[in-house]
Order: sequence, then C-alpha cells, then structure tokens
Amino acid sequence: MKAADKKRVLKEMLFARRFEERCYEAYVERKIGGFLHLYSGEEACAYGVLEAAKPGHDYVMTSYRDHIHAIKSGVSPKAVMAELFAKETGCCKGLGGSMHIFGTEQRFMGGYALVGGPFPLAAGIAKGIKLKGGDEICICFLGDAANNQGVFHESLNMAKVWGLPVLYVCENNLYGIGTRIERSTAVVDQYKRVAAYDIPSAQVDGQDLDTVYDAAKIAVDHVRSGKGPYFLELMTYRYRGHSMSDSNAYRTKEEEQIWNERDPLNILRDRLVEAGEITTDEYKKWDTEIIAEIEDDIIKFAEDSPEPSAELLHKYVLAENDPWVNGGAK
Amino acid sequence: MSEIMFWEALRRAHDEEMTRDPLVICMGEDIGVAGGTYKATNGLYDKFGEERVIDTPISEGGYTGLGIGASFVGVRPIIEIMSVNFAWLAMDQIFNTAAKVRYMSGGQLEAPIVVRSPGGTAHQLGAQHSARMEKVFMGVAGLRVVTPSNPRQAYGLLKSAVRCNDPVFINEHELMYNMKGEVPDEEYFMPLEGSEVAREGADVTLFGYNISVHWCLAAAETLASKHGINAEVIDLFSLSPLDRDGIKASVSKTHRAVIVEEAEPAVGVGSEVMAIINEECFFELDAPPVRVSAENVPIPYNHKLEKMAIPTAQHVVDAVLKQLGLS
Repeated sequence: MKAADKKRVLKEMLFARRFEERCYEAYVERKIGGFLHLYSGEEACAYGVLEAAKPGHDYVMTSYRDHIHAIKSGVSPKAVMAELFAKETGCCKGLGGSMHIFGTEQRFMGGYALVGGPFPLAAGIAKGIKLKGGDEICICFLGDAANNQGVFHESLNMAKVWGLPVLYVCENNLYGIGTRIERSTAVVDQYKRVAAYDIPSAQVDGQDLDTVYDAAKIAVDHVRSGKGPYFLELMTYRYRGHSMSDSNAYRTKEEEQIWNERDPLNILRDRLVEAGEITTDEYKKWDTEIIAEIEDDIIKFAEDSPEPSAELLHKYVLAENDPWVNGGAK
Repeated sequence: MSEIMFWEALRRAHDEEMTRDPLVICMGEDIGVAGGTYKATNGLYDKFGEERVIDTPISEGGYTGLGIGASFVGVRPIIEIMSVNFAWLAMDQIFNTAAKVRYMSGGQLEAPIVVRSPGGTAHQLGAQHSARMEKVFMGVAGLRVVTPSNPRQAYGLLKSAVRCNDPVFINEHELMYNMKGEVPDEEYFMPLEGSEVAREGADVTLFGYNISVHWCLAAAETLASKHGINAEVIDLFSLSPLDRDGIKASVSKTHRAVIVEEAEPAVGVGSEVMAIINEECFFELDAPPVRVSAENVPIPYNHKLEKMAIPTAQHVVDAVLKQLGLS
C-alpha cells in the first residue's frame, strides 16, 4: 500500500473508532436501543481487507458487528447513525437497527443477527455472480464463533465443490460471546479447519493494517481469478464486550492490557510517524476534527431526523402490487 | 387441456420458466442427474446443465441459504427440499432471512425464492418422514404459503411463485405426484392468494387443502348420494394469507363449517379458519364449526395404526352428520 493510502486509511480507522465510541455513549444515553455490538479494536480487519478489494463493486456482508463494514463499503455514516437512532432517515428507515445495517446501492448486503447465517448467503451471492459472469467477488466477514455452527461446514463444502468466488474473512477475537475459544472449540486455529474442504487459507495478525492488506491482496486475487473460495483468519481483539449488555467479566485486565498495547491505530500511526508521513500533532488535529464532525454533523443529523411514520409498520412485509399474486397482469 | 400427472405439471412449469429466464435455476438433493425423487425436474439437467440444475449435498440449511443469497443478486431459485421433514434444518434461513430481509433492510433487499417440499403421510415412512408442517410456515410474516390439490394448481402456482418477488413455500404431498388432472395447454398462472370452490353446495361448507380437498370431495359425494346433503367444498390453495373473503362468503351461504386437515389439530389450518369464521361471520353460523384433524401423535410405522392416525372421507361424513344432528 502506498504511503498516501496508509495515511488516508489511518484517518478512516480513527473515524471508525470515534464513531463506535460515540455509539457507546449514545447507548448509555438511551438514544440507541436493542443490542449494540462495537468494532473498536478490530478496525484493521475491515479496512485492510476492503482496501485490497473493490467496495461498491464487490459484495460485502457480515453478521451483527456491522457498522464499520457498512461504512467502509460506502454506506453514509449519517445513515448508519440515524438507523441506530431508529429514525426514518436511517439506511433501513429505522426498521433494521444496529444488527441489520444494509446498503445495497453500495453492495453492502447486510448485517445478520445469527452468527453463522451469512455463510450460505455469501456463497449464494457468489453463485449469482458466477451465473451472471461478472468479475465481482463476495466477501463475508464473520467471527470465530460462527465456525461452530453447521452452516460453516455446509457452505464451505458447497463453495469448494462449485468453485464459488467467495472470500470468507474470520475475525478471530478469541471469544464467542463470553466463552473463550479454547473452551468451546476443538481446533483453535481456525484456518486449519478449512483444510477439511481443501480451501486455501491463511492466518495473520489482524491488528497490523499492512499485514492484513498484504494477506487480503493474495486472498482477493485468488478468488477473483476464478480459483474458488479462500479463507483468511485475522487474529484480533474487541475492546468492548460482545454487546453492551456484557460486563467483560470473563476476561482479565492483564489480557486486555496486552491487546491494548497492540492497538491497530497506534501500530499504524507510530509507523507513519516514524516514516515521517505524519506528525503526532497532525494526528491529534484529525482526532479533534473527527470528534467535532461526528458530533456536529452525524449525531445532530440522527437527533434531528424524524421517527418512522406509522405506515412503515406494514410496508415491507410482502411485495407491493406484485402482479403475480393475482396470477399475472392479464 | 391435456390430462397429465402432477409431477409432469411441475416439470413443465420448471421447464418453461427456465427456458424463459436464464436466471431461473433449480436446486436440491438428487434433482439433476438422478432426475428428482418425484421426477419434478426430470430431464432438465440434460437440457439446462449443472450450473442451473444443481445437485446439492444433503445440507438443507446450507443450500436453502445459498439459494436465498443468490436471489439477492437477481437469481430466481426453485429449491426442492426432498421431504418437508428435512425443512426443519432450513428453517433458520427461511424464517430468519428470507421472510424478514425486505423488512429489516427497509425495502432494499428481497428474497424471491420458491421452496417446494412434500409433506404428509405416505406408506409406513415412520415418524420422521411423515410430518405435515404447513402450520409452521403459515405462522411467519413475510412468507407466502400455497398448496396445490391437483396438477393444474401445481403448474399454475409454481409459474406464479417463480415470478413473484416474495419468498413462496409450496407445500406438496408425497402421495399426489402421480395424480392425473387437466392442465391448460397454453401458459396458465394461478393467483397466490384466494381459494377455489371445488364443489358448489348449500348445506354445509367443507374446507380442505392439498390432499384433504379430495377427502372433502369424496365425503360430499357420499353426503349427497346417501344422505341428501348438499355440501360445498372450498379448496384453500393459499394457506398464507388465508382467503378471509372466500371463507366468509361460503359460510354466509351454508351457515355450517367443517375444516379438514391431515395435520395434528393444534395451531393449525383448522384453528385458524375457525378464528376467521369467528371474526368475520360468527352470526351466520347455525352450528359450532368442527375440525377433522389427525390424531395428536407422531406417525407410527405399523400400517393399521398409521391409518388410524389420519382422517378419511368417512370421518368427514361422520362430522357433518353429527353437526347436523343426524347421528
């Protein structure tokens, strides 16, 4: 990745961090309801992989920790925040919520609340790409714990048998809700599990943007060149609990400290400072600007937006005026 | 009109829709090279190839989800689940995604899939191959449920279901694939909502769907010939949504209702039709509505006990006579 791009991505990652931390505050203020799963600590995963792909052209989907994947895919942060505030200006008009962010114009195909649910959906999108003959790929980000659901195996098997252009990215943050991976999973290294399906895979440091980008480039090229699926495991850590209703009691302060020292933003910032690409002051200035932008622009938009109208309650259950419901237009 | 078998009607609908639109595909266990357990896709593998007539692994949740994902990008999958008993494994994908994705995405995405699957009791298939699951599908918003009782409906419902933008579950029956019936020679589309009057009558309405329509028709013949009772038979080919207007119209005419279902009674078509009658036309009733349902048991293997678990036309006749105070 070029230095200028790294600088741009660092700023985007800083935005992601501040966006998520502001969501935390809004949740505490009860402006955001339901369940809220934050991405802080895992930023290099989404940014590294999607820098190596073509967001807006390639299809992207994930489970419920989805705000940042949507934003990096091109969904407006205002529309995401307004969705979290349950407003009609939200990307899903206030009908989806934090776990169901969608932006199909940007080919962000959704956030889903069943941990392994997207496995076959992503393979299906890849099947559609193959039938239509495009050069897109489908990128599916899921957590390590999703791999313990049956559809992981079913989907990887089908993706391999049918040679589908799908990249599965495993964000291994070591915990399935509150249970550590060693206590729930026989094979802790997730990339090894896909060997059973003869799918090429790699495991790399998910906290280092450069490392993620380089590994993702190989993965994306493999899939786009028509060689079938690929599985990329990124070792990472979430700073917040599984969701906001999680006290983090199952983790030690020592472990959290170790991972705090490997913060993806700090790793990239320090590298760019050392290379003379940015100064610490410049980074601090970004931070101030981003916090102000989120407050004055994004939060204000979400706060000021109207609630969904009552007619939305029934609007999207079934297709409107579909002629085939009446046996065709004839 | 030509008289063809139920499976031939399904096969013709597949063939025509796949010929019309290259993005219509079909997928399921043994549907390709083997030609399909019930022959609904017989010969299509040779005609359309393995990319569009897909023999899947035995992974119901996986391939149903894969079909849903493909539908997000314009593909129109017809998914055959070999037995409705296996559809339990695909419920997460059907209910959590297909039925809800348009709603939770604020109208951005939809899942225009068709899932076809036979249920019902056949011949000594035992507890885990004899489920009647239409009640389960009927209870979820965002999903259409239709169920053909003859080859014409099988053809016309599949034709419309493939083109409709909603996910549609088509509830078929293990014992009906070789049933013969008239199907129009030209293209024919059934509505996905409503009901049909299978037999006009004035004294009592027998509500049936899928195989139980035939029990109702047989019972109506007996009631007419032996008891002088003129029963109307309503074919509820759409189970979700149910035809409130059609139910109301018939009950308002006959003032009596008997609902006939092959499934266990609880939370089923019978209870739902009764609720609609209560809500729409309670004061038209001359007698309390009656359900004729299966026994509330898993289906036994023993042939005699299996027969005892499932209603027959005679049960329908008996229910009508009792309702009329004639037995």
